Amino acid sequence: MTEPTTPPPAAEPTAPPATAAPAQAPASAPPPGPATRLARVLGSLVVPILAIVSGLFIGALVIVFSDREIVGLLGRDPLAGLGAAVDSVSRAYGALLTGSIGDPGRIADALASGDARSFERAFRPISESLVRATPLIFAGLAVALGFRSGLFNIGAEGQLYLGAIFAVFVGFTLTGLPWFIHLPLTVLAGFLGGAVWGFIPGILKARTGAHEVIVTIMLNYVAYRLLDLLLKNQPFQRAGSANPISKIIEESAEMPQLIAGLRVTWWFPLALLTAAGVSWLLFHSTRGFEFRAVGLNPGAARYAGIRIGRTLVLTMMISGALAGLAGASVMIADEGTLTPGFSPGYGFDAIAIALLGRSRPLGVVAAAILFGILRAGATPMQAATQIPIDLVVVVQSFIVMFIAAPALVRTIYRIRTPRVSGTEVFSKGWGT
Amino acid sequence: MGDVSVAAQARPVAIGPVTLRRHQVVGLFYIVLAAIMAVLAGGGVSAGASSTFDLNASGVAVQLPKLIVPSAGTAYVLSGLCAFVGAIQLVRGFGTRNGIAIGAVAFLAVAVFLVWAASGRSMNIVGVLQATVQRATPITLAGLSGVLCERAGVVNIAIEGMLLTGAFVAAVAGSAFGPWIGIAAAALSGGGLALVLAVLAIRYRVDQIIAGTIINIFALGITSFLSARVLTDVPELNNPDRLQPIAIPVLNDIPIVGPILFANNVFVYSMFILVGVLHFGLFHTRWGLRVRAVGEHPRAADTVGINVLGTRYRNVFLGGLIAGVGGASLVIGASGRFDREMTAGRGFIGLAAMIFGGWAPVGAFLASLVFGFADSLQARLSVLNVPIPSELLLMVPYLVTILVVAGLVGRARAPAADGRPYEKE
Repeated sequence: MTEPTTPPPAAEPTAPPATAAPAQAPASAPPPGPATRLARVLGSLVVPILAIVSGLFIGALVIVFSDREIVGLLGRDPLAGLGAAVDSVSRAYGALLTGSIGDPGRIADALASGDARSFERAFRPISESLVRATPLIFAGLAVALGFRSGLFNIGAEGQLYLGAIFAVFVGFTLTGLPWFIHLPLTVLAGFLGGAVWGFIPGILKARTGAHEVIVTIMLNYVAYRLLDLLLKNQPFQRAGSANPISKIIEESAEMPQLIAGLRVTWWFPLALLTAAGVSWLLFHSTRGFEFRAVGLNPGAARYAGIRIGRTLVLTMMISGALAGLAGASVMIADEGTLTPGFSPGYGFDAIAIALLGRSRPLGVVAAAILFGILRAGATPMQAATQIPIDLVVVVQSFIVMFIAAPALVRTIYRIRTPRVSGTEVFSKGWGT
Repeated sequence: MGDVSVAAQARPVAIGPVTLRRHQVVGLFYIVLAAIMAVLAGGGVSAGASSTFDLNASGVAVQLPKLIVPSAGTAYVLSGLCAFVGAIQLVRGFGTRNGIAIGAVAFLAVAVFLVWAASGRSMNIVGVLQATVQRATPITLAGLSGVLCERAGVVNIAIEGMLLTGAFVAAVAGSAFGPWIGIAAAALSGGGLALVLAVLAIRYRVDQIIAGTIINIFALGITSFLSARVLTDVPELNNPDRLQPIAIPVLNDIPIVGPILFANNVFVYSMFILVGVLHFGLFHTRWGLRVRAVGEHPRAADTVGINVLGTRYRNVFLGGLIAGVGGASLVIGASGRFDREMTAGRGFIGLAAMIFGGWAPVGAFLASLVFGFADSLQARLSVLNVPIPSELLLMVPYLVTILVVAGLVGRARAPAADGRPYEKE
């Protein structure tokens, strides 16, 4: 191996990672006791919770002001208009909640009666939320891992497509294998597919300095076209179908359900396990230390003998692989077929999730479950109230804005600003 | 950055016992490329077939004869030229004129491809070039928006979202109040998003790429939401008048060049003017000097009394206005309606054009022409039933972007303070 050709990024004296929680106590503070630690955890939750509340409030405004009847009524009779607005918003958010968490009365009845059918019906919403949360956990971990090494992986969506393509291919081509061989192979294929798509921006950044943001975005579009191409041709297209739809994976490749009758599969515990694994990798392994060192201060990392180029490539590959698992987790479930647009933008939600979770695996899991709830509830909300599911995207963008600009939330809610120095910058333009 | 790529260029590559200098590796690559082109294109066309190139735009007075060439022969000759360039490169290299050699090889490769694609068919080259300029327009405007922001030290990745919002607002306001109001409203919507970016990036010092991504997510969500909730119910709001091309008398009658440059709509002309104005403004006026100082060394600029934050706010806002007009050009200048996610990454491609063009208006425009050409060629080829899957052709602009960013960003240099917030002491 020759010297990595990665440029030595200009020494950047004021560059803590974006993820450095500004709410954290200054480094000079005495070691915290249990009480102060609890207070700190609660303190660090204040901004996320206010961000979520503010995001939902702005979503409510969007609902109201995109409804011509309510806007008209507000003009003629403000009081009645206000009533109609509150009614419309509470119906929308009510449908969202019952569609994603469930009806408490029904859950209580089901638990009391012990009847399997009513149990299924009562817990289906939660199951749907977890089904949606599963790929979001994987993809959120992918983006978070990148952030930790100072890489902005906007390409989780494309990597997710590649993971799905690889996994489905292995899922339908290999036949006659027992499940305990076929299923792991399929999962591995998803992992590899994402890794391949992550390798490209990694190696380009390491070798030529091409900024990963542009390359990963372009690879997203290439992945969409690639999927369109594959689904119209052999060996992917389903025999006898004129539509762009893939063959169905073998039963031996399917991930079993966690609880009979509900759609949530073993992918969900696997995602939690992966989060634990990423946490170990980042905070307890030598490799993870190198990742974070490169993210915090590439110049110092280079001086310490860390090969920056290799670390960048490896981070992008693992990040891509995690996103690939997200794609596989969507595919290798009960339906098991690939269609264009199978992902409602999980890879972009993942960016919001990584920011909301402050690039910590546990935070990512929590944020992914929240976004899973929003996503799962949006479809029943659209069915019940005709409010388009894209509302969720608007709400998400505001949540992330308030998270990314904690000073903004503090200004709005007049919270005292903690003493922090420096600015939150981790991407330093295109050159480095 | 630059010194490292120079080091990489000078590093010899060992292939077995032979050690090759970098220019020799490139020369070998050109020769191999020439061989591949000769085999695929020269051997791939049927014997005796000819390629026809139509040099006339539709409805012009002066008709030029069609250019008809034997497909196989032309492909071989062009491949031979490419091999010749490769041989010179292998023997002695082009030194400082390396860029010209790369350009020549790229031109020959495209020419061979066109000869192959037009074999046994007639391809209207003027039509392709006309579409190139039109399709390059939103990309150029996006690139100019990026130039304005980044020369002042603010990375604007939200151009995609500004294009999308501009397109949506242009469709709605254009349908309600006519195309000119539509364009103005689109510009203001882009400017509004730009102010949000500016406040987040300058006032709250949010990481600029994250702030831009947030705006992109918001723009995607709100335009999709409103088009599903409002435009599907009220289709009259998604039917603006399109601005028709205006032919400039006399100039329009020049063969080949006339129809390409002087028979366009207002967006194309304003893009030409804007490229000139921004080039002059950035490099030949006091304003431009100040902007560049803010982008290169804000502390020094501040010391001599330039208002750093004010300059940044102003430039980001101007950039937003331009991006908004770029979005309007997609609707009022081209499709005539808004569609969900219709920008399809043009804002990002515009950023790549800005990088490719070295953060300069003229450079960004020329780079956009490359993307416009790739885009218009794929559209033309799918009409001509060339036996390449349309999905592969659709990938071309994105692949070109990756190649360009990977190949050239190392040599172009971003403004030194690009992406860094400025804090007064």
